[in-house]
Amino acid sequence: MQTLNDLFLIVASFFRGIMGSLGFPPLLTDAVMGLVSFVAVAALVTVNIIVILWVDRRVASFFQERLGPNRVGPFGLLQSVNDAAKLIGKESIMPAAADKRVYKLAPVIIFTVTMILYGFLPYGRGMSPVNMNAGLLFFIALSSTSTIAILMAGWGSNNKYSLLGGMRTVAQVISYEIPLAFSMLGVVMLSGSLNLGQISEAQRGIWFVFLQPLAFFIFLVSALAELARSPFDMTEAEQELIAGYHTEYTGMRFALFFMAEYANLFCVAALGATLFLGGWSGPILPGYIWFIGKTWFMVLVILWLRWTFPRARIDKMMKFNWKFLIPLSILNILLTGVGIKLYQYFTTVGR
Amino acid sequence: MRDSSIGSADGAAGSVTAVAAEARAADPALDALQTEEYTLNLGPQHPSTHGVYHAKLRLNGESIVGCENVIGYLHRGMEKLAESRTYAQFAPYTARFDYLAGVLNNWGYAMALEKLGGIAVPERAEYIRVIVAELQRIASHLVMLSSMVIDLNAVTGWMYAFTAREGILDLLEAVSGSRMNLNYIVAGGVTEDLPEEFEAKVKRTFEDLHARLDDFDRLVSGNEIFLGRTRGIGVIESGQALEYGMTGPNLRASGVDLDLRKDAPYGIYDKLDFDVPVLRGGDSFDRYHIRLLEIHESVRLVEEAMAGLPQGPVRTKLPKAWKPAAGEVFEQIESARGIQGYHIVSDGSAKPYRMHLRSPSFVNIGVLPELAPGLTIQDFVATLASLDIVLGEIDR
Repeated sequence: MQTLNDLFLIVASFFRGIMGSLGFPPLLTDAVMGLVSFVAVAALVTVNIIVILWVDRRVASFFQERLGPNRVGPFGLLQSVNDAAKLIGKESIMPAAADKRVYKLAPVIIFTVTMILYGFLPYGRGMSPVNMNAGLLFFIALSSTSTIAILMAGWGSNNKYSLLGGMRTVAQVISYEIPLAFSMLGVVMLSGSLNLGQISEAQRGIWFVFLQPLAFFIFLVSALAELARSPFDMTEAEQELIAGYHTEYTGMRFALFFMAEYANLFCVAALGATLFLGGWSGPILPGYIWFIGKTWFMVLVILWLRWTFPRARIDKMMKFNWKFLIPLSILNILLTGVGIKLYQYFTTVGR
Repeated sequence: MRDSSIGSADGAAGSVTAVAAEARAADPALDALQTEEYTLNLGPQHPSTHGVYHAKLRLNGESIVGCENVIGYLHRGMEKLAESRTYAQFAPYTARFDYLAGVLNNWGYAMALEKLGGIAVPERAEYIRVIVAELQRIASHLVMLSSMVIDLNAVTGWMYAFTAREGILDLLEAVSGSRMNLNYIVAGGVTEDLPEEFEAKVKRTFEDLHARLDDFDRLVSGNEIFLGRTRGIGVIESGQALEYGMTGPNLRASGVDLDLRKDAPYGIYDKLDFDVPVLRGGDSFDRYHIRLLEIHESVRLVEEAMAGLPQGPVRTKLPKAWKPAAGEVFEQIESARGIQGYHIVSDGSAKPYRMHLRSPSFVNIGVLPELAPGLTIQDFVATLASLDIVLGEIDR
């Protein structure tokens, strides 16, 4: 069982050994292994996007008493592949009055940022492609750069609906980053580390969702806002803004936005699973199976919320953030601190 | 009442500036910010303008300072077409006015013709008319409920209401052979008698309808976000509603108890026992809620009419080349969206000299430019959906 658990690590060290015995310099070995893990992550992202797209549509249709895509491939699984192939074949139309460089760059940036984020996730014990001590901090910092790409898309399209969507995004994402980061602070205080691998390690006894239920709630709400998922999908808001910031995008450029959205969804779900649901820790099954399973649980919760709630109004949503969520997250930090001190006090007294 | 509610381009532009100046005077912070107003064309091609309605919005950020209705994108010249068709030939066109409540339009037109020619309607036909018309009203209100919730992005609620509507459309198909554009109620009665085992079908459909409406109600009506988006949004005072000549559920949601089925009964409505729901709030939520209540009243009406259905003929046959005497009539019914009236002028020939429709949507939409200033784009979409317009009868 241990072998199965460390399967990927064993494979990796096996290849490292081969390359070492062939006389490769260590730097080249690192570079090759980095490339391999990058390809592995990229494959994971692509497969996940395709599966999430299919699940989203199927889950939605079961909520709504319809069948959903069920024609292409077994259970309609290849529908998303079909759609992606169609989008590649479409003409990429650019508005004549668009700010051309900004317009073209935006979808590239947003997708790149999302791909990088996947590198920081701990897929199993010792299975972070990039193992960084300030991993969580870097994750938050990097994920907020996608705001710039969305604003670029909104501005570059030279369309009022796009601009409105872009401006909404900036207001929304920047505001909700605060409670999102604050909710993670409770976890950081408990585990004593910003390293995502070590945070997972710290939850071998008990998952942080039981120690930090308030933080989990705040995380879930602000993650929805960060992802611009319903009920906080103001940035796209098809009923008001046609398609928000990507109104003017077609073909593969649109597909990049679309895929980035779902890739982000999986990424944030994985972060939630790492921080609150114990990451890869779990009995019997190998760690990476637990990790993927927990992430998919989070994904399904987010999809469930999407198909249940109407869209909130942007000003009320901002009020909710500044007047309720941020004070609540600060209160959570306070409670966590007091809790940790009390725990330390009683354990030392007991001794 | 006719054209006054839709301002001309110049008139509306003037009022927009006035409203903007007012908003700036009310909030000094606006001046300090040096914001710039801009125009947003919401429609005619937009996901939530319910067809091809076009609103020219003046916006300050996301809040609306002015709104101008632009209509006419669906104009098919139906009133003029009537002048070159015989009375019977024009009957199928009527269902294309308010295409979500086709058979109600049939009824208004048929009533006008019956008055014009002094045609008697068999009693059984009157009962069948009520049954079919109330079924159509339910279907129409279900569309309103579903389009209202989908404009707030509650996509699941939309499917629930639309699936419920399917059952009603199946009934209408069983009766007339057509699901949307019925030509069922004609001058002198109805085209066909009810099909066999219709009562059992209705019973089954209503059971299904109740279950689905309960689901829908539980999913949407009490939802905090839904209430936040609709309560107190787009409030129409009762006086304002009357000034703009609003009718139907929109008027009754503002606290005015006016329903032609009660106040000027036509057909056999005076023999039936039903209530007219009236709400006081006048906001988007009440306009949504009153449709839910009316669906239950319509179910009651159908059940009552089914129970009292007499035997007998269903149609008084008219001659092929029917020529009414010269004269003019105006007949109105309580359609799903308000009072729908047909004004027909006859010169004694087989074709009407002039036909005019008083359509409730056309009148109801007139209040929107006055409601819009102060709302955000999101509120505007919710308010527009709550007014439940059908472009087919606005543009004709």
